[in-house]
Formats: sequence, C-alpha cells, structure tokens
Amino acid sequence: MTDWSEKYEMVVGLEVHVQLKTRSKAFCGCSADFGAPPNVNTCPVCLALPGALPAINAEAVRLAVRAAIALECTINLKSVFARKNYFYPDLPKGYQISQYDQPLAVKGTLHARIPGEAELHDIAITRLHMEEDAGKSVHDRYPRMTAIDLNRAGVPLIEIVSEPDMRSAAEAGAYLRTLKQILEYADVSDVSMEEGSLRVDANVSARLHGATELGTKTEVKNVNSFAAVERSLQSEFERQCAALDRGETIRQETMLWDATHGTVRPARSKEESHDYRYFPDPDLPPLVLDHDYVKRLRHSLPELPQQLRERFRTHFNLNNAELEAVTAEPGIADYFEGLARAHGDAKHAAKWMMGELAAALNESGVKIRDFPVHAPRLAELLDMVRDGKLSHTAAKAVFATMRTSGKSAPVVAAEMSVTQVGDDSQIQQWIEEAFTELPDETARFRAGEKKLTGVLVGAVMKKSKGRADPKKVNELLAKYSS
Amino acid sequence: MRNLLDAVNESLDRATDARYGPNGLNIVVATNRKASSACAEQVALQYGRGDNMSMPGVPIAVKDNIATLDMPTTCASRILAGYTSPYEATAITKLRASGAVVIAKTNMDEFAMGSSTETSAYGPTRNPIDPERTPGGSSGGSAAAVAAGITAIALGSETGGSVRQPAAFCGVVGIKPTYGRISRFGLVAFGSSLDQIGVCARTVREGAVATYAMSGRDPYDSTSADLPVPMSPPDVQAYRGKTLDGVTIGIPTEYFPPSLDPDVRARCDVAIEVLRGLGAKIVEVSLPHTSLAIPVYYIIAPAEASSNLARFDGVRYGPRAADTADLRAMYDATRSRGFGPEVQRRIMIGTYVLSHGYYDAYYKKAQSVRALITRDFSAVFATGVDALFTPTTPTPAFRLGAVTDPYEMYMSDIFTVTANLAGIPAISIPIGRVGGLPIGGQFLATHFDEPRMFHVAAALEAALGEEAHS
Repeated sequence: MTDWSEKYEMVVGLEVHVQLKTRSKAFCGCSADFGAPPNVNTCPVCLALPGALPAINAEAVRLAVRAAIALECTINLKSVFARKNYFYPDLPKGYQISQYDQPLAVKGTLHARIPGEAELHDIAITRLHMEEDAGKSVHDRYPRMTAIDLNRAGVPLIEIVSEPDMRSAAEAGAYLRTLKQILEYADVSDVSMEEGSLRVDANVSARLHGATELGTKTEVKNVNSFAAVERSLQSEFERQCAALDRGETIRQETMLWDATHGTVRPARSKEESHDYRYFPDPDLPPLVLDHDYVKRLRHSLPELPQQLRERFRTHFNLNNAELEAVTAEPGIADYFEGLARAHGDAKHAAKWMMGELAAALNESGVKIRDFPVHAPRLAELLDMVRDGKLSHTAAKAVFATMRTSGKSAPVVAAEMSVTQVGDDSQIQQWIEEAFTELPDETARFRAGEKKLTGVLVGAVMKKSKGRADPKKVNELLAKYSS
Repeated sequence: MRNLLDAVNESLDRATDARYGPNGLNIVVATNRKASSACAEQVALQYGRGDNMSMPGVPIAVKDNIATLDMPTTCASRILAGYTSPYEATAITKLRASGAVVIAKTNMDEFAMGSSTETSAYGPTRNPIDPERTPGGSSGGSAAAVAAGITAIALGSETGGSVRQPAAFCGVVGIKPTYGRISRFGLVAFGSSLDQIGVCARTVREGAVATYAMSGRDPYDSTSADLPVPMSPPDVQAYRGKTLDGVTIGIPTEYFPPSLDPDVRARCDVAIEVLRGLGAKIVEVSLPHTSLAIPVYYIIAPAEASSNLARFDGVRYGPRAADTADLRAMYDATRSRGFGPEVQRRIMIGTYVLSHGYYDAYYKKAQSVRALITRDFSAVFATGVDALFTPTTPTPAFRLGAVTDPYEMYMSDIFTVTANLAGIPAISIPIGRVGGLPIGGQFLATHFDEPRMFHVAAALEAALGEEAHS
C-alpha cells in the first residue's frame, strides 16, 4: 500500500452532534428518555399537530451554554432559532428548529491530547448551536413499509463545528476523545456513540503538502465509534489521494463508512442539492441571555480534565501517563482523589487505579460510581500493603473478596489468614526450616554465593504460605551470608 | 339556569338550520349538539354554584382553523378532511372557563388564505345581508354567523385583515387584538409573525369581553405577552355627551386615496364629524410607508406559510395519496390533491422568496420595510395621537365570483394588513350602509392599548346608534 502521507496532507473538520441530557425535550414537555416503546414520548408539539407551537426548555439552554463555556467559546447573549426546511417522514414539522446565522456560541478552542504526546493540539471550534433531533425511520421492520418512531423528535442537541484544523486521523480521534471527555466533565451529555447521544460527521480532503488552498472535501457519515472515525478518514483520504494521483478531480459527496468491509462508499441516493430555506423561526423569540446568567454558569462549571490534570500534577506529583489514567472520566478522577487523600501515597494509589481497579472495572463492566469498594475502603487495603501487613499478591486476593463480600480489608485479610508476617522470630524460624530442607544451597549461600538468595527466599515464602514479609526475609537472610 | 341552557339550545337550532348549511348561506361547517349541550350543562352547574364567569352560557362559533375537541378542525381544506384535534386551543380553554359554549365551526378561506371565503373546500359562504355577495374573508363564516344571528360572538383569525374585512362586509364588529395578546396555541398557523385570534361581535362591548376572556400569557406560546390583562370592557352605559373630550384621533391621509370608493369616503366623513362632535380632536397624520404594506405582506405571509404548511404531508394525519411509487411522489400527490390553488400559489411564492439567492432580496428586505411601517405608527402615536381612524376596506362587499384576479383580491386588504405587520390592535365597526351594504370604519391603537381602542370605538358606536346599520 502506498503511503500517501509522504505526498499529500489530510485536512479534517468535524461536525459533532451531542444530545443534551435533559429530562424533557427541547420544545415540549415530553420525556427525552432513550428506549421507550415507539411513539410513546410524543405530544401535539413534537408530533407537529396543526396549531401546536414550540416553547424552549430552559434546561436545554443551560446545558448548551455550559458546553459552550467548557469549550472556551464566546457566548452570544442574543441568538436566534431558525427553521431548516426539508421534507422527510421522520421530520414532523417539515422543518427542523436549529440556529443558523446567529448561533448560541462561536470561536472556541479544544486542546486535543494525543496519547503519548506531551504537546496539546489546539483545534479551533467555529460554532456551537442548539437544535432539535428528528425522529427515527425504521426501514427493516416491516416488508415494503417504513415505520416512524418520533420518540427522539424534538430531543435537544448541540452541534459543535470545528475548523478544518486536523491533519491526521489520529488528530481527529484525539479531538473526539478530548471533546467527549470535556462534555462528560461538564455533565451536559451521556456522550455515548452507541446510544446515539454523540454523532460524528467528518469532512475530509487531501492536498499536496505545502498547498494553501483546501482540496474538495467529502463528508464521511455512518460512523459509530471513534476508532471507526479514524479508520474511515484514513480510508477516504487514501481513496482521494489515489484519485488525485490519477489526475481525477474529487466530487463533493457524502461517503458512507462500511464497518464490515472497512471501506467507504458513496451514499446510494443521488445527493440532491438541498436548499434548506433557513429563516428565523417566528414562533420563538430570539434567545436572550443575560450576562450574570452566563457568569453564574461559568462559575458553577466543575473542574475540567485539563485543569484537574494540572492540579493533580502539582499536588500528587504524577507523570503524564498516570495523570491521563486517573482523569479519564470524572468518576475515575473523583475516586482517585478520594483514594489518594485517604491513603497518602498518590503514586501507589495511581498504580492501583491503573492496575487492579481498572482490571476489576473492566471485568465486571460496572461504572466506577457503582463500584462496591469505595475509595476509603480501598485506601485501607493500600495502607496495609504499605505497612507491610499484606503482600501485593495477598492484597489482590483480599481485594477480590472485598468486592463480593462488602467487608473491610483488615477483616478479609484476617479471615483469609493472609496477613503478612513481619515478626523476626517467626521469620527466623521459617529460615531455619528452609536451611534444614536445603543443606547444599544453604552451605553455598553461607559461603558467599549471593545468587542463591532467591532460592532461599522462595523456600521461606513457601514455608510461610506466602505470608512472610519478603523485605524482612531478605534482611534476615543477608546476615547469614559472609 | 333555564335561560342559559335555552340560549345555547336556540343557538344550536340556528346553527343546524338548513338556511345556514351547505345548501344555504354555507356558514356552518360542523356542529356537535351532544358535546355542546353537555358543555352548557356543565357551565350551568358551575354558574349556579356561584363561579365567577364573564360569559356564562354565551354560545360562540369558532373558525375552522382553531383547534376544538369535539368538532373537526379542517381549515376548510381537503388536506385535513376528517381531522379532529386531540387537543384544544388555549383561547378555547379560556373561553370555556369563562362560561362560553362552542356550538359550531364556521367556514373560511382554505388555511385563511383569501378575502372572500371562496377558496374554502366547502364552497363559498354567502353574505347574510345580500346572499349574492361575499361575506369577505378569510373569517367569512364567523362574521356571517354573527350577522345572521346564529351566535353573538364568533372567533376568527387575522393574518392581514381576515376578521376586520369580513366584519365590515357583514356589518358587525371585528377585533384584531395586539400580536401577543391572545395565545396562538391551537390556531393553525398561516403567517406566524402576523397571526392573531380575533373576534366578531354584535357590539364593541361584547367583543371586548370575549377578547379579554382569551387574553394573557400562555407558556405554550412563546410569543404571547406577559402583561396584565385589562378586565373591564368599555362602560357604554356611561357614554353620554362629550365622551371623547381630550382624545386625539389621527386621520392618516394614505388611507383616503383618490381611488377610494366615494360611498365609503362619505360614510367615513360622517363618522369623523361624529367623533369631532364627541369632543375628539381630529388631526391629519401621515404613515408614509403604507403603500409598501401589501407587497411586504405578500412576501412575509407566504414565506412563513410555506414552512408552516410543510407539516401537511400525509404522513401523520389527513388523507394520504397511497397510490404512488415513492416518497417524493407521495408528497407531491398528497399535497397537490389536498391543497387548493390559492394555497398552492402562496406556498410557491413563499418557497421562492426564501430560496437561496433570493432571501436577501425578498424576505430580508421585506422585514426591513416592515420595520419602517411599524415605525410609522410609533412615530404617530408618539405625537400624542390616541387612535387612528380609517376605512376598513376600500369598497363594500363585492359579488361572489366578481374578483378573480389574485392581485385585485389582495388589494382588498390594503387598509388592514398594516396593523398585522406592525402588531398593533385594530377594530372595525359598522358606520352605516350604502345601497343596503354595510360599511366598516377602523380604529387602530398602539401596542396593548386595547382599552383606549375599545373606548373610542364604543363611543362612536353609541353616538351612531341605529345609523350604523342604515
């Protein structure tokens, strides 16, 4: 396969739709819940019955403004809802309420983190606007018929549009992961691609390195994970490069990602040139926010991942990999902070978060907020390890039992009889036993053959059923070696 | 109690009388005796219990584009044939809470697009004063219902004069409140920034009572005003002598062009003299952008309509053309069969003016001019003018089928569209007849100044007395 990146540069801009986590829809009182039976969450407004009118949900506005602040946008104190007109059966009014030339917020910045890279990549955000979702057309449920589910119609969304600032699939992936993280911390959305609360349309073009003009872009849709976004961008970029190299021109069209084959293909329906006939929605007065309101929201915003990492770096002296791990999600960060404070050794806490805790979460599939062993309880276990009362191996076993039994670390350790023995006379006794068992090795060790230390420690540990403190064993053994 | 139920029953008898049905004047398009009687009994119970009601047992007729629960709401269009709303307009809920009883739905121009009730899918309504003539439109059925005595109050809707013009043609009072005074929730949208529910009534006082009963902020309509609602209608009993002392009435020259029908002009001149006689100071004023109102209106209203009417797609309600090959063809056939020619014309005009490349030249420009028209009014009211007086229409009721050119039809709204564009309240009252045909005089006031508008209108009404109807 040709490495096109030698010759061509990838240019990517992303449009991300994010569902705000409000209880009710954007313009009516219907529940915005996901997963209800079809058309249950509907009313005259979201069904677009004759005479029904929209009324803005203040909570949706609050969350949208919060998101805009988190993304360092300039908030427009006056923004205007506009109608985007087009016909489709799952669009009940025949138009979508959106924002057009006067969006809620503009000019933001996202500091994307590429794993392993120290430098942040600043990606400019063009705009953030509010809009409502359409319903869902179900084409494969009934033969020769399309079913319409309007539960989702009118659910509040924000659309976040980036500048074409990204130059690789990895950078696009980093933008998305960082964006997801920020919105999670700002607590405005569930940001789940699987449940459709975060959707990505990617605009991609290719140009010769050094070129200043942008190439013709295509839009890649139908992507359902961040990894797929990266793969689809790479695939589409390569297709464009190959075409450009053959002297062809790129057609501006919509490409669909085919996850099964790992390829992109042009959207089947002929791309109609849509004229959405945008105009200000006369049913909704301009959205006017006062300065104090925005200020209050700015102050109420929780710490965002980047600020948090800076604080943790200073407070806990963690390295980049550790920082990234313990701030991956707001719940993880809260847990870590609780653990580190209760236990005292932040490095040790981070190690456990990244090792045993991560494995446990992964294996059980529970979210950290629902994890049965709370941070102070885990801190007790870590304290025991630090104090030499438990070996790391024993601590792992105790941890596993704590998860199911709900008992504290000292109780479980006692019940399992795994509490580490650091008592000199007891260890001395095990050493004697080991010496008796291994006379040859003992003689050689006493003669100065230090490499046999391991064998003897192993024997002592075996005698103690793993409970002897290895540090102590080493110390005491060393006295016998000349 | 007996009287209350009798009044409703008598009104129901008239509403179901063949004279007013499809083979007669074609005023009434739906009734539901059972539901109306049940409603009346409920009101009787509450009223008897001592509940405070401003319209106890008052029968009302409702234009077919306002959502009611027990009768169809079809906007006189085939595209809504058989449609009954599962919810009720806020205005209706409020009226029912005031004791009013809905007894009929009235005929109208399809989707309120027309000035003669001739674009109705039910066929035209005839004017009770002269059945060979139009009652005007689009609320022709409602104005005719009051003129024919079916009900004392009938609800209409205004986008460009659709209550005042038919009220003038039928010799009744027609009220368009300030934009935002009455919730639009449940009024099927035509031009959302212009639409307002209005009232046809026998007298200014009765119309004012109904207007206030419907008024007030509605959380379901974001454009409804959060202002206190005036409670007392004009006290006409007290109207004796110089009722209008200290009141300044402006006469805008642009509303009295040389082309004005001489009979209309003559009647207006008489009315102006009567106003002067009541103590009003009469001043000539100018509203220089008046001539732009019709072109501006016929850009903004169709633009909004083209979007508002997109929901009539045959997917969720109304008849669907099921014999089509694909989705696009289904839309085309459903809408081509469902909408009449005038509605289709306006959808096309509206779609055109909102199109990419034309938006700035038409819609945006029209909005700028609209602001100028609004400013004309503000400037005049700022000089101390309390209300303006004008003719309601350039001519009396014309003959059915006489106006076939759409542009000529549009010009019949020339004196009324300005109030909708500016959002100010307006009222038409009968000021006399010529050749047996009623002539309407119009008062315009500043935003939310219905009390003063009703006061001057009621004063003129009282002073004209029987002359208003002869």
